[in-house]
Amino acid sequence: MADAEVKTVVEGEAPEAADEAPKKPVDPDFEPEIIVFACHYCAYAAADLAGSMRLQYPSNIRMIKLPCTGKLEVIHLLKALEAGADGVYAAGCLEGECHYLKGNLWARRRINHVKDLLTEVGIEPERVEMFNMSSAMGAKFAEVATEFTERIKALGPSPVKREGVDVHAAAREALGGAAMPDDLAPSAATSEEGHAE
Amino acid sequence: MITAERKPLDEILALVGDKKKVLVAGCDTCVAICLTGGEKEAEILASELRIKAEQDGTGAEVEHTAAIRQCEWEYLDMIADKVKDADIVVSMACGIGIQSMAEKFAPRIVVPAVNTNMLGMPQEHAVWLERCGACGECVIGETAGICPVVRCSKSLMNGPCGGSHGGKCEVTTPEKEEIDCAWALIWDRLKEQGREEMMLINRPPKNWSKSSSGGPRKMVREEAKPV
Repeated sequence: MADAEVKTVVEGEAPEAADEAPKKPVDPDFEPEIIVFACHYCAYAAADLAGSMRLQYPSNIRMIKLPCTGKLEVIHLLKALEAGADGVYAAGCLEGECHYLKGNLWARRRINHVKDLLTEVGIEPERVEMFNMSSAMGAKFAEVATEFTERIKALGPSPVKREGVDVHAAAREALGGAAMPDDLAPSAATSEEGHAE
Repeated sequence: MITAERKPLDEILALVGDKKKVLVAGCDTCVAICLTGGEKEAEILASELRIKAEQDGTGAEVEHTAAIRQCEWEYLDMIADKVKDADIVVSMACGIGIQSMAEKFAPRIVVPAVNTNMLGMPQEHAVWLERCGACGECVIGETAGICPVVRCSKSLMNGPCGGSHGGKCEVTTPEKEEIDCAWALIWDRLKEQGREEMMLINRPPKNWSKSSSGGPRKMVREEAKPV
């Protein structure tokens, strides 16, 4: 059922940098670190479903669960990038379907603002994005993860990447109490396993 | 309240130059309310500066802090330790706070990260409108509570002029948005109040020496001075 809805996967503007001739050759061994801020009501459950459906998606993504993407602030995204994340995206409910009415719309605005800030500091704005999906869209979750990972691979490593920094831990720490604990049940799509297989 | 807008990053970077220890100082009063220079925004700017420093390999260390109010000596004492460790302070307060910091912590260099733009009020969430020009001689008692100094494009004291059409000014904002004619607003409200005759008050040329044209202003309240 969910699959029938999956048509266009990656929303927003196509990454221009990926379309243009890359500045540096793409390193085939580059495995980006990607932080996903996932809403408890939709994307996190969609990831769970993707796992149950045995769908494959890259293990590059590391999830942080939020009660709503509306909880996400500009500084949370910046801190993840500052820690060296190669890409960051938020996955919230379909527009009009937010459990808290407008949280996902707030998140989109904030992410657009972060794109402007990144442009200011000279980092590709395509490294951040907002996606929307329902909890029934396991296939879309997997496709978004795959396409975003490909986008970041094409962009190459973050220019502020540092060795020895645990990006996921830093991003989670920046959120403080706003992040929810990962589900402990084995069926849950925790970032550790990623349900990539 | 006082409102301000953040300067473009390039301008801030040029002001910071090659200083190695940078402190971004927010102010948690007016500029925090207008979402420009509070602690949250100071943290965002510090993060931006760190990302830029990492990219450029400048080795600059950037921290952030915030004073409850940068425009009062007592509150500056609370951030003094952080300021002392910095080579340069990037203040996100209004022009008053920035100058207070520069004076308090002289000769340490304090530079602005914002442009202070007006005395305004939030008309709706995230939209601010200018309401006062601090001209030093308030006339809104005669103008139905509407300030002709900042709300009339020409600051006319006896309006409207010939450029008022259908309640709108002939001038638009730089974004090409229409501006209400302040004198049309004044007339409408005076009518509503039944005080139309106040439109006939003839005001002589305004004494701008009580405004910023008269040099730096000073206010002293003798009865409130400590004994």
